[in-house]
Amino acid sequence: MIAEFGLAALWLAAALAALQLIAGALALTPRGGTLGGIVRPVAMVQGVLVALSFAALVVLFAQTDLSVELVAKNSHSMKPLIYKISGTWGNHEGSMLLWVMIMGLSGCFVAAVERRLPELTMLATLAGQAFVSLGFYAFLLLSSNPFTRLPSPAIEGAGLNPLLQDPGLAFHPPPLYIGYVGLSVAFSFAIGALVTREVGPAFARAMRPWVLGAWIFLTLGITAGSYWAYYELGWGGWWFWDPVENASLMPWLAATALLHSVSVLAARNALRAWTVMLGVVAFSMSMVGTFLVRSGILTSVHAFAVDPERGSFILGLLALNIGGALVLFGLRAASVTEGERFSAASREGALVFNNVMLSAILGIVLVGTLYPLLAEALGAKVSVGPPYFNPVSAIFAVPMLMVLAVGPLLRWRRDSLARIRPLIAIPAVLLLGVLIWAGSQAVGLLPALGLALSAALGVASLLPLKGRKLRQVKLPVWGMVTAHFGIAVALLGMASDAAFTTERLVAVQPGDTVEVGPWQVQLQRIEPVAGPNWTALRGDLAVSYKGGAVAELHPAARTFWAPPNETNEAALKTRWNGQLYAVLGQETSGGRWQLRLWWKPFVPMIWYGGILIALGGLLALLGRLASDLKRLVARDKIAYRRSRQGR
Amino acid sequence: MSDQKPTSRWTLWLPLALFLGFVALVLFGLYRPADREVASTMIGKPLPEFTLRAAAPDRPGLTRADLADGQPRLLNIFASWCVPCAVEAPQLAALKAEGIDIAGVAIRDRPEDVAAFLARHGNPFSRIGADDRSIVQLGIGSSGVPETFVIDGKGTIRYQHIGEIRPEHIALLREKLKEATQ
Amino acid sequence: MSLTPMKAKHQRLVLALIALVALIGAGLLAAWALRSQASFFYLPAEYAANPPEAGRPVRLGGMVEKGSIRTLADGVTITFVIHDDKARVPVTFKGIVPDLFVEGSGAVAEGRRQPDGTFRADNVLAKHDENYVPREMKDMTSEQARQAIEETK
Repeated sequence: MIAEFGLAALWLAAALAALQLIAGALALTPRGGTLGGIVRPVAMVQGVLVALSFAALVVLFAQTDLSVELVAKNSHSMKPLIYKISGTWGNHEGSMLLWVMIMGLSGCFVAAVERRLPELTMLATLAGQAFVSLGFYAFLLLSSNPFTRLPSPAIEGAGLNPLLQDPGLAFHPPPLYIGYVGLSVAFSFAIGALVTREVGPAFARAMRPWVLGAWIFLTLGITAGSYWAYYELGWGGWWFWDPVENASLMPWLAATALLHSVSVLAARNALRAWTVMLGVVAFSMSMVGTFLVRSGILTSVHAFAVDPERGSFILGLLALNIGGALVLFGLRAASVTEGERFSAASREGALVFNNVMLSAILGIVLVGTLYPLLAEALGAKVSVGPPYFNPVSAIFAVPMLMVLAVGPLLRWRRDSLARIRPLIAIPAVLLLGVLIWAGSQAVGLLPALGLALSAALGVASLLPLKGRKLRQVKLPVWGMVTAHFGIAVALLGMASDAAFTTERLVAVQPGDTVEVGPWQVQLQRIEPVAGPNWTALRGDLAVSYKGGAVAELHPAARTFWAPPNETNEAALKTRWNGQLYAVLGQETSGGRWQLRLWWKPFVPMIWYGGILIALGGLLALLGRLASDLKRLVARDKIAYRRSRQGR
Repeated sequence: MSDQKPTSRWTLWLPLALFLGFVALVLFGLYRPADREVASTMIGKPLPEFTLRAAAPDRPGLTRADLADGQPRLLNIFASWCVPCAVEAPQLAALKAEGIDIAGVAIRDRPEDVAAFLARHGNPFSRIGADDRSIVQLGIGSSGVPETFVIDGKGTIRYQHIGEIRPEHIALLREKLKEATQ
Repeated sequence: MSLTPMKAKHQRLVLALIALVALIGAGLLAAWALRSQASFFYLPAEYAANPPEAGRPVRLGGMVEKGSIRTLADGVTITFVIHDDKARVPVTFKGIVPDLFVEGSGAVAEGRRQPDGTFRADNVLAKHDENYVPREMKDMTSEQARQAIEETK
């Protein structure tokens, strides 16, 4: 019954999305009449229905209903409950349902909450949201129905793959998806604004919380994904420029640019067409990224099987959505009137610079990700890795970070660098000082720049608070300061990892001691251990920092038989000033074992920084929501008083 | 605020042009030949000499001479511990039902496990050799299980199929066997 | 507004031009960097016939020659030969190889050609590692799945 209920809810939601699109579009025509009145309620009911449909699938997975094909293929009655539930989105169909559910719920919230936009723009926005959703509904119902029943129930499920039973892997997709799909609201707002040509501060204020919300989740998702790759792959790196990673980075870059240009539009009514463009681009990058990963046309560590049929379907959807939006942009953007002007040395000027640099980095990542495909079209097989991405993106990131240190100190509209010269003197001196010091330490150019920028930015990011009463500083300003400081913190981790990591690769016998950086590591013994369907050789290491207290570490090499696979379980020891990272290799001649050790000073700062950046977003979002709420209450009060006086 | 004419109309179409380029590139990616393996260097080469003891009580073992008796056949590399090997069992049974001779090589396996595996999934093999140290497997350029080779009557490898045989692969294997007959 | 340098009516034009110049610059830079930094894939025959410049990152894919894997005295450096039916390339690698890296199977070595013609790998990937993982459960019927589970227990 539950499966049928879920399917019925899904069909009904799809039908309502169609109704939402048609009613919304007709209401925009002169003869639309009262049709517009139904669009909001329809959007809300659609959101509720698709959420119910997803809930039904979660229940089916939680109960392990083996009469449902998807459950039988991807779950197992013996799995722990949390992995049963995470199994809901651990497969193609379920993850697509999660995707449309987030889209439906976003539309539902927009319809329920958003009152600032002109009604026609709102209708166009909801119609746009319905248009995009409808394509995904069609994809689900026609080619990826998650609720299909088996002719006869399976006796047991097929999804007991222990490789997938990892909390990081199981629970990082939903935040990432909320981030990806949350950007669809910005996309629909941009469509709505293009249709009615209503681009202005009100539009920007309406769009901003949605962009912020999605961006917070994207930031968290990327941070978590990076840490997962760091400890799970056992290669000692934290970012591999893998297509899957790039797929999450590209929407983040676009959303970050959008976040800043939307602020300019809200505060100063400038950058109008550009903001609309970014609104389209941000969600397009979400769809493109997801598509590139899903279709399997780019090989990656996280490879999926190539499926041309499904790939073509999603590509068709992309072409329709993105192509349509860009055609609309080409037709309408010219008639979006020019915004307010500003001088180059101003807050706006700095933000424009930031936007251009972020877009350039986005372009570089996109080109690098797609290049292997392009080269193959021309008959060569290539792969693109850090030697391309690191220096080329740094060329744009370094000036961007410098302007980031200065920009928040500038006034809107018109300012002069001379005014803020005393303020920026401190970070500038720091920048040079650290650069010179790093130069004397034989650190590479990029890490040295990173360290210097991180020091300068760390100080500069706090300067907007200078001379203010801290209790009177508004939440969005706290948010900005926190996020910018987070960038400095993350940068410190990245640069320090690149500059100061010490690595040892040795073959040792039990009893031998190895030194890596300030650590002494003794291999005590190698023990075989067995798990549900793997066997492992586990190393017992006794480690001590500068001769201090001894701690145990247990790196292991696991071998799975079915499916045959092998993983290196890295072992980590975290201190406030860095991490010791140990990987066990194979047995080699003379009863020795390969052992790979890294001492990575300050590397955890990368992820603390990521969390700070997201926290900054959260503070800004709370601040915006609070002031929106205040404004709403004030307006209602005035309206109430007027109505009393009128009587 | 000025109502001047938009400055450069064509730049507004630039994003669309870039996107169309992306679509064209991706279409190519979707429909290019799905060949991403390092091609086996053994195709067209004769099988190496080997003699394997029987892996199951009711079937004889396998030597190179058995595979060069003038009749083309399939050589299937499998193991009882391999999950996809169970998946391809119905396809092997179907090929056998068409009268195709299939020889098996069991990789790193115990006789009782092989017997249990064959009892459960059916036994399409006329002969099964036990390759306890993957010597034959490596000797014919296979690096995983399951893999299936088309061997012609002279004991020459004509085709290598990597991974489990799925229903859609049957026709291809039949075709390759036919080519091997000529 | 007489103080602003952007007094001219053409601020939008100027902004669009700046953005365009920066993005085209990024594109050109990317194209140039990709030409020098993308690592090409070589088969041993191609590597022998038309060797890459020494020091340039490339990937070399082929079969690991039987009997060619040697571990040096330090216990962590190995040498082996990657070959196809036309050529063979000696490779050295310092590090931990994947378990599925065995003689006679396919492998991809990422690294650089040394001036002496040998290949020094920074990373070694064994082919087929994941070949059977993503797909094998996909088209199983429930009965096969049940049996498969029974066997894995």
